[in-house]
Amino acid sequence: MAFIIFAAFVTFVLFLSFYFARQTKSASGFFTAGGQIHWAVNGVSFAGDYLSAASFLGICGMIAVVGYDGFLYSIGYLAGWVVALFIVAEPMKRLGKYTFTDALDSTFNSPGIRLAAGISTLIVSICYLIPQMVGAGVLVTPLLGLPHAVGVIMVGTIVIIIVATAGMKSTTYVQFIKGALLIIFSTILVIAVCRRGLSTEPDQGGKKPFYNYRKISAIQENGRVLPAEAEFKFAVQQAHTTPQGELVVDFVKLEEKDRFTWWKVSKNNETIELVETASVTIRGDGSRFINGIENNNELQLGSLVQIAGKSGKDANTGSVGVFKLLTLLSDKDTIVKRWKKAAVFSDGDHMVTLFAPIETAGNKIMRPGLQFKVEGTMLQRLDFISLMLALFCGTAALPHILIRYYTVPSPACARKSTIVAIATIGFFYILTLYMGLGAMVNGVVNPFSDNMSAPLLARSFNTFLFAVISAIAFATVLGTVSGLIIAASGAVAHDLLDRFYNLQFNERQKVIIGKAAAFTVGLIAIILGIVFQGMNVSYLVGWAFAVAASANLPAIIMLLFWKRTTAAGIIASITVGVIAAVGMILLSPDMFERYGLLRSQAPFQLNQPGVISIPLSFITLVIVSLLTQKKNGQAAATE
Amino acid sequence: MLHEPAGKNIPNYAVGYKSRLGVLMFIIYAIIYGGFVAVNVAKPTLMEKKIIFGLNLAVVYGFGLIIFALILAVIYNHLCTSQERRHSKNAAKGGQK
Repeated sequence: MAFIIFAAFVTFVLFLSFYFARQTKSASGFFTAGGQIHWAVNGVSFAGDYLSAASFLGICGMIAVVGYDGFLYSIGYLAGWVVALFIVAEPMKRLGKYTFTDALDSTFNSPGIRLAAGISTLIVSICYLIPQMVGAGVLVTPLLGLPHAVGVIMVGTIVIIIVATAGMKSTTYVQFIKGALLIIFSTILVIAVCRRGLSTEPDQGGKKPFYNYRKISAIQENGRVLPAEAEFKFAVQQAHTTPQGELVVDFVKLEEKDRFTWWKVSKNNETIELVETASVTIRGDGSRFINGIENNNELQLGSLVQIAGKSGKDANTGSVGVFKLLTLLSDKDTIVKRWKKAAVFSDGDHMVTLFAPIETAGNKIMRPGLQFKVEGTMLQRLDFISLMLALFCGTAALPHILIRYYTVPSPACARKSTIVAIATIGFFYILTLYMGLGAMVNGVVNPFSDNMSAPLLARSFNTFLFAVISAIAFATVLGTVSGLIIAASGAVAHDLLDRFYNLQFNERQKVIIGKAAAFTVGLIAIILGIVFQGMNVSYLVGWAFAVAASANLPAIIMLLFWKRTTAAGIIASITVGVIAAVGMILLSPDMFERYGLLRSQAPFQLNQPGVISIPLSFITLVIVSLLTQKKNGQAAATE
Repeated sequence: MLHEPAGKNIPNYAVGYKSRLGVLMFIIYAIIYGGFVAVNVAKPTLMEKKIIFGLNLAVVYGFGLIIFALILAVIYNHLCTSQERRHSKNAAKGGQK
């Protein structure tokens, strides 16, 4: 059934696309839907554009794994709309035509601005496309049983068809439908989470028996860690030797009556305890075992050990209200069992991946600190500040959001549609906290990829909800990718070819070039979506925000509010912003880990570049503008 | 010529007023948002403190930032719309935009 609902949804989206294709004849129709979209529709479409894979899959997934830290993205993403509404919305509409480059260039008519802003739009769009494509790959695996790469190629192909056939009008209506459905079904999911309530033995409504991960005592003899209980037999152990020559046993494989299980060795003073891990073993013949039992389904974890001091049947809360759920989860006597990858190694011809439990108190889950080390070193705190700054400044600089201001007829409509967007998006972001926490405690988190937490939470209720939520999530990816590809193709066809190289195309040629550019950008997105498999999509979007905020926002703000801004200042600011943000990301510890190098080897120890690259871009603009005052003799006064 | 503002033929009243109001509201929100970041960095344990309905400061402040953004947005739209109407009436009477 999941497949049928999914296929029906995608077919409907394609039908819509072909239907509107017949109405798209001009460049204005392709890039901005003729500027005739109603503000309310545009507002919900904003939500459709903005609530991308990062919001739905990434934020819920991150909350499911690290609690409140994931919700920081919701807060930051929404706060960014304040900048968009109060500072950018109306001037953007007033100054531009098709792309944000038009607005930047409206005062100067400078080829350099067209080139820099066009390239920056392309780079930001591609940075933002990566997480969307990763999200697409993640979705199809449990839904259709297809590998990650196939999902990415599938989305890429469908989106290229959508964009290359119809442009902004179809994208707008697809986003409108998707945005509305996303809110409706997320609300249903949150109601279901509250009605189910909390339990220390979550069994997905009776569908999946609760698996109790055990702890047993052990002793150490002749370098081997042996179980102290009779029903377990020692099989093999994983150990390492310290630089001082001491043997440390990390994991032990034990034989039970019907299977083998892996245990983490935990030493407290003189006592040794074995803590059962969640193990996934792939044998040489391709068969797959979860906790020693043959099983091809995905591993799913996450539960409560204690609810406000109670455990077992006594702890079951039954249906709870929206505030009560959060109150119980933030109690210091509530304990959440989270899981972290502990080891990957080969055991004969078996490839073993182990996840070890971490018990965390509710008061720590429900405040920042598990992902972003706000109590850590100065550098770690700076990372947190940097992320929050990038999220705040990034929204108003995203090309696919900025171009939506050109689809409505007037600046007042641009303003009103932003307010509808804030209401819709804000409501959804509140829901993300409930969906993420629901996944965290209902045993549905796949520790290999937290991105699927929200759809898997839906599946724990029923298949229909899962199919609908997955189809919406897939459409979320489709819609956002469509918007990004249109923004990128606009940058190529309009900013670079038409306006920078001054190639004189007629309307029909422009649409053809826009479509060809959409095809090329789509192909690049497919390749990158495969390369970045496995990373949390919201985390990747955080980087895209940092690049957008560094490259575009200083230019937009200063153009509007500083009369001495010059064309050279804008060009320098965009160039420095892009290079600094992308460069610092490529040299960050997270990327070094991805390259297979040590995090400590990274020359730049911050993971989030915003706190340096955004001010740097502002400073560059000011200095270069001051230095080029006489040469240009132009001011950027717009009002 | 392609390079023209999209809303060229649509009257846009009270531009200066809306711009000033937007900056003011942005500053108000930025201060409150900055406060959230500052509390998290300076005294993160404060975020555990129960504030209202058993909810801790982290949840109340986080939800508050989202809801406050909407409240400001509605106020902004109301003030801008009133100002636009007044200016358009003046313009109709022969006054300035």
